[in-house]
Amino acid sequence: MTKADLVDRIFEKIGLSKKEALEIIEILFDTMKQTFVEGESVKISGFGTFNVRQKMARRGRNPKTGDDLEITPRKVITFRASNQLKSGIEKRNV
Amino acid sequence: MTKSVLIEKVSEKVGSLTIKQTEIVVETVFDSIKDSLIKGEKIEIRGFGNFKLKNRRPRKARNPKTGEKVDVPEKRVLHFKVGKALREAMNSK
Repeated sequence: MTKADLVDRIFEKIGLSKKEALEIIEILFDTMKQTFVEGESVKISGFGTFNVRQKMARRGRNPKTGDDLEITPRKVITFRASNQLKSGIEKRNV
Repeated sequence: MTKSVLIEKVSEKVGSLTIKQTEIVVETVFDSIKDSLIKGEKIEIRGFGNFKLKNRRPRKARNPKTGEKVDVPEKRVLHFKVGKALREAMNSK
């Protein structure tokens, strides 16, 4: 599923034009992105939580060449699915 | 940030929709993603990230309290991978 499929869903279910639907989807994801850039987490009840975590600099190795190098400090996002989403996924496991 | 704050912000930026109308759209977006993941599909939001199910093989584990062996069945877990544009935006400067 891509943004285009989300546009179709909104068009079918809500009846907004595809142009409007795309605009809102872009704004939605841009707003979330902006929040992450500011270092803030986003919690979507019933779906999951996106946490922004700061990673410290650490020593690493280039797996290809074996060279020692420093992995720079960086921000990463971890996503935790809500219990509702997790159980939906697990039910399909048989 | 919670979903309700997110909805308010989106509604402000869109301008043409009320908070209530925006809420319906935002709920539909997350519900659609959820339904599609439950069906086993992969989600790709360019510039934001991908959601993908990964298979975990069945394994034998031990109950740490009793030391008893237990079988952990095969299962699927959800994995989110941050998109390149977002990763770079978060780590520029």
